[in-house]
Amino acid sequence: MAGLATTFGSGAMTNSINEIENAQVMLVIGSNTSEAHPQVARRIFTAMDRGARLIVIDPRRTLLARRADIHLAIRPGTDIPLLNAMMRIILDENLADDLFIEMRTENFYGLRDMLYRLDLEETARLTGVDLAGIRAAAQLYGRAQKAVICYCLGITQHVCGTGNVQAIANLAMLTGHVEKEDTGVDPLRGQNNVQGACDMGALPNVFPSYQQVDIDDYREKFERAWHACLPSQPGLTLMEMTHGGKNGPLKAMFIMGENPVLSDPVQARVEETLDNLEFLLVADIFLTETARRAHVVLPAASFAEKTGTFTNSERRVQMVRRVIPPLGQSRTDSDIIMDLSARLGYAMDYESPAEIMEEISMLAPIYGGMQHDRLENSWGLQWPCWDRRHSGTPFLHKYYFTRGKGRFVPTVHEPPAELPDEDYPFLLITGRIYHQYHTGTMSRHSALLSREAGEALLQLHPGDGRRLGVRSGDLVRMRSRRGEVQVKAQLTETVKAGEIYTTFHFSEMPVNRLTISAKDHFSQCPEYKICAVHLEKV
Amino acid sequence: MHDVLTTCVYCGCGCGVYLHEHRGRVVGSSPSRNHPVSRNNLCVKGWHLHEFIHHPARLTEPLMRKNGHLTPVSWDEALSYAARELGRIARESEGKAVGLLSSAKCTNEENYLLQKLARAVLHTNNIDHCARL
Repeated sequence: MAGLATTFGSGAMTNSINEIENAQVMLVIGSNTSEAHPQVARRIFTAMDRGARLIVIDPRRTLLARRADIHLAIRPGTDIPLLNAMMRIILDENLADDLFIEMRTENFYGLRDMLYRLDLEETARLTGVDLAGIRAAAQLYGRAQKAVICYCLGITQHVCGTGNVQAIANLAMLTGHVEKEDTGVDPLRGQNNVQGACDMGALPNVFPSYQQVDIDDYREKFERAWHACLPSQPGLTLMEMTHGGKNGPLKAMFIMGENPVLSDPVQARVEETLDNLEFLLVADIFLTETARRAHVVLPAASFAEKTGTFTNSERRVQMVRRVIPPLGQSRTDSDIIMDLSARLGYAMDYESPAEIMEEISMLAPIYGGMQHDRLENSWGLQWPCWDRRHSGTPFLHKYYFTRGKGRFVPTVHEPPAELPDEDYPFLLITGRIYHQYHTGTMSRHSALLSREAGEALLQLHPGDGRRLGVRSGDLVRMRSRRGEVQVKAQLTETVKAGEIYTTFHFSEMPVNRLTISAKDHFSQCPEYKICAVHLEKV
Repeated sequence: MHDVLTTCVYCGCGCGVYLHEHRGRVVGSSPSRNHPVSRNNLCVKGWHLHEFIHHPARLTEPLMRKNGHLTPVSWDEALSYAARELGRIARESEGKAVGLLSSAKCTNEENYLLQKLARAVLHTNNIDHCARL
């Protein structure tokens, strides 16, 4: 999100999901859309039925890549050179939108000078894709009138994640493919309410609605509203909290509905950190791998047992409604927080979630017109929604960017933290599959989903399989510099030779024992998509 | 039996889904016909959204570690111990040694309250969630 914030001024999908089906060209990069965002994939297929063209940039031949007009099977971690090459071709062939650049952007010359220094042949070699393919993609995207770019964690989970996003934003601005309906840059959010958790200020540096904690005006506003003295120093990020180790900065943690033992990189480090806390409090619906290490575990209510709102990837705030009362003695997280707060000497007396939302709408300008009574009677509202008369914003940056002018931020290639070598010859990519979800706390407790996808599989190219003497279904030992796991192999041409893919859903095969803690300097996003491993048949 | 329109809890698409309730149990899910995202359609996770809700492994009582084992306790005991420990460590470190992780699975209202708890009550900005994972 840091990437779009520095270029456009606002880190969210610029379009609505439905607008995708009206696009003429779709560029999907670093997203396995048909498995991770089925509704978005459905819009992409609808658009193709209507004659739209699809470009997929992905190291794997995913389902979407097989149906694409152009699939660039990029070498992992070389997104920036590829996008830069596309931009250079767009400049050379006069496909840039000069009027848009002149009126709506700044620092174009910075980008242009960097692109003119680029050696196209050399750049193409770096990405492992032939120049003709890159040229075709650049022409297709550059010539379109309505074009959307969808990207996901394949872009952000790299040491150069912010740079990757900036390169995407540069490409969109260079061709004027933002600010219009059916045209824009769409980061797909991986979880139901990641967007909302960010909007609500569950981040170390901002209050709700992205108001920075270290700006006095904002802080004073919240101090007045909350009748409390608030800290001005931005806090620690997730990785700084969970990777502190024995002498880490934290002595106590409260983890609400997360499972860092499975989800964070370098599992051993996370376990060491949590085990050395003086006090760990976990609230969750199941006894997760993280909850097992807690001093106190509180039973939380599931989404079917509470009322509130979720904000989806297209910034749509919608109602979650209570179907049944909390099971057993479990309580909703808001109940738990309010009770805890009262015991800590600070009364939070809200009669209902609607009353909490009233307070949010007064303090968070982009949620200004979001109250439960309005959301109850509609399909939700898309932020920014400034007041009760505002009908929400289907697409962002109409007439002007959130930050005023869009800024070109030239970016250059930054190699991954760890590449394959003689000892660890395979490049491991991690991600999701269709039937399972994240650390499996919910999906693995669903009978059908577990029947369809009950164990982790390692995608391995048949050529590599032959060389190692491994067939589909054989158990292989996978080892990195940080740990080892055993996993069943699945030979498939979805992956290229030398590259392997698996998921992090299964606690029996905690792939994050192997992953690397290297992370993007700006966004702190860990590099889940690349680490070097060694494989052998068990 | 009655149906309640709600929002799916899996990916970021945010489908509108009906949960079917029968005698106090959620027994099924089906798509909303006119919802702008789901449009009468759900993925396999959405169709089986209700399955984990009544799973026997659901936590139903507070647990506290006693002699190394997580043992069932009352809400009062669990919360007063938690408040004492969090409060003590926050006070001693002026908020620096306390960290909170919020969740993309929780509602906006709950995320708002947790960051308010962190900032106004425990005096720390050490709050984050899984946006990057």
